[in-house]
Amino acid sequence: MKKIIELKNITKSFDGEPVLKGINLDIYDNEFLTLLGPSGCGKTTLLRLIGGFETPDEGEVVFLGQVINDVPPHQRNVNTVFQKYALFPHLNVFENVAFPLREKKVPKDEIEKRVTEMLSLVALSGFERRNITSLSGGQQQRVAIARALIGQPQVLLLDEPLGALDLKLRKDMQVELKKIQKQTGITFIFVTHDQEEALSMSDTVVVMSEGKIHQIGTPIDIYNEPINAFVADFIGESNILDGFMLEDFRVTFSGQTFDCLDKGFGYNEAVDVVVRPEDVDIVSLEEGQVAGVVTSVTFMGVHYEIIVDVGGFKWMIQTTDFVDVGEHIGIKLDPDAIHIMKKSEYSDLYGDYSFFSDEMEEAVEGEVKA
Amino acid sequence: MKDTVSRQRARVATADRAALAPYTVWAVLFILVPLVFVAYYAFTDNAFHFTLDNVKRFFTATSTVIGSDGSAQEVRTYLLIFWRSLKLAVISTVICLAFGYPIAYIMARAAPRVQRTFMTIIMIPMWMNFLIRTYAWMTILQDKGIFNNFLTTLHLPAVHIIGTEAAVVIGMVYDYFPYMILPLYSILAKLDPKLLEAARDLGCSGWGVLKRVVWPLSLPGVISGVTMVLIPSISTFYISQKLGDGKFFLIGDAIEGQYVANNLHFAAAIAFVLMIVLLLCMGLMRKLAGRRVEGGL
Repeated sequence: MKKIIELKNITKSFDGEPVLKGINLDIYDNEFLTLLGPSGCGKTTLLRLIGGFETPDEGEVVFLGQVINDVPPHQRNVNTVFQKYALFPHLNVFENVAFPLREKKVPKDEIEKRVTEMLSLVALSGFERRNITSLSGGQQQRVAIARALIGQPQVLLLDEPLGALDLKLRKDMQVELKKIQKQTGITFIFVTHDQEEALSMSDTVVVMSEGKIHQIGTPIDIYNEPINAFVADFIGESNILDGFMLEDFRVTFSGQTFDCLDKGFGYNEAVDVVVRPEDVDIVSLEEGQVAGVVTSVTFMGVHYEIIVDVGGFKWMIQTTDFVDVGEHIGIKLDPDAIHIMKKSEYSDLYGDYSFFSDEMEEAVEGEVKA
Repeated sequence: MKDTVSRQRARVATADRAALAPYTVWAVLFILVPLVFVAYYAFTDNAFHFTLDNVKRFFTATSTVIGSDGSAQEVRTYLLIFWRSLKLAVISTVICLAFGYPIAYIMARAAPRVQRTFMTIIMIPMWMNFLIRTYAWMTILQDKGIFNNFLTTLHLPAVHIIGTEAAVVIGMVYDYFPYMILPLYSILAKLDPKLLEAARDLGCSGWGVLKRVVWPLSLPGVISGVTMVLIPSISTFYISQKLGDGKFFLIGDAIEGQYVANNLHFAAAIAFVLMIVLLLCMGLMRKLAGRRVEGGL
């Protein structure tokens, strides 16, 4: 696979506040790459560096082997779909899409042909003369995509483009974007804070926080093999427990020893153990490896989300079987339900579901007293 | 249910009308009625009989002027004055726009503190009386005035400005400049910076961004700025008398002169013709700008 963009050791500060702290990232031709992280993690700044709207303090932005740190946006073969679309309100749909072609002085009949094609690609044929302001959010979104694609960029940057759309429309646009990316074969760099969106659309997910990249991988890798507690918590729900490795494939936590699939840790090394809520089997007390008490049950539609107190640590479990609050249950874990991570600076920050339930209890008590 | 809604709406509408009442009364008394009177006076004679003579006089009255070569020429008095007024007003407006647009653009992009400072500097002259400002320019521009003294200390030759068209234009530009800046600034400050980024992203150089995005989107501001400078400067009368040494009789001076001479009907006729011409100009401008804004193939 051909590398199209390389980011080498990039740092960037605003007013002395570091936003990017040494970013290294290779982006390959034809891939759908997502920069995923909570707001303020630097993902949009990274996108703006690639677009040419910011220059790095240190490090290099390399495009097809050439350093482009100082190349202005209009000379980069990269286009952007902006967060709130940034469509030109004084131009109609046709003229918005034709904008880059008119700048390049493309002949009139070719403009006509290419804009018509592009509008049919984004399912907006017949909207040529419409006013931008008369379009719905989803239609404006598609005009923005058409406008960014018509100049045939090698890379398309998308800055949280679906954030302003309602849930159903967002799902439709996710499918449509993926389809457009396949059809055009252009590299998409997509910024979002929505982990579900990242997992369902991307070839590669880059998880960021606090100006650093935590993990780069396929959606399945990132979900199944999170590198640390931050990633495990940010991508989906996770129970993260303190444990230690007895030997390869044997781990102890919650006072029990379990078989697992991980190896290569030191003898008795302290580790973080990740168990996804949907991977926990609820069994009878006798069959269970661990016992716990159900403290809350929430109906979520497809499943129940229950919180189970196991010796003071609260697990989140997703199950389709109904259990009642106060019931004593057994918990059983298959080896592939357990994922072991090295200890990191994020170790004790995430993954215990007693945090917010305690807070709620206190709040409720306070109210009763008042 | 539907009934209550429509009744509520009716109530809101009544409330709106009540709130508008003071302004409506004001507008009728001080805008509409005077306009009707202007028209009425313009088309009547001293005995208040209908006549077109006043308007005809505007177009046909002639007088003799002595050209620079000493020869006497017959000219249409009021058409000449009107043409001169229009010329000076257009020059002033163009100068205001040429200087005002870049300043307003820079202001709109500057830090909030800088914006406030700029705004104060531009507004300060407006706190002073219009007559005093004009007198101030007289003392500055006189042959032995402040400006020429300054040139002399620099050992530069003095220039004769007072009593020329240039002096009148300087006065107009100075007086009406804020009226150009304010509407331009307010529209440019509202411009979404993301649109400028989008234009650069789509291949525009800095100049292209200005031409294809900033300028068309700021046209409403340009139109109101031009309107607010052109109209008062076309009908101004005091500046030309003081700074032009009375040599450049403008249409405003003509109206004032006729009024002072108690020729109310002819004064009204001049004002009426001026008003019609200005309305036509503004209508035309709006139409042209409107077409630009619409875009299209």
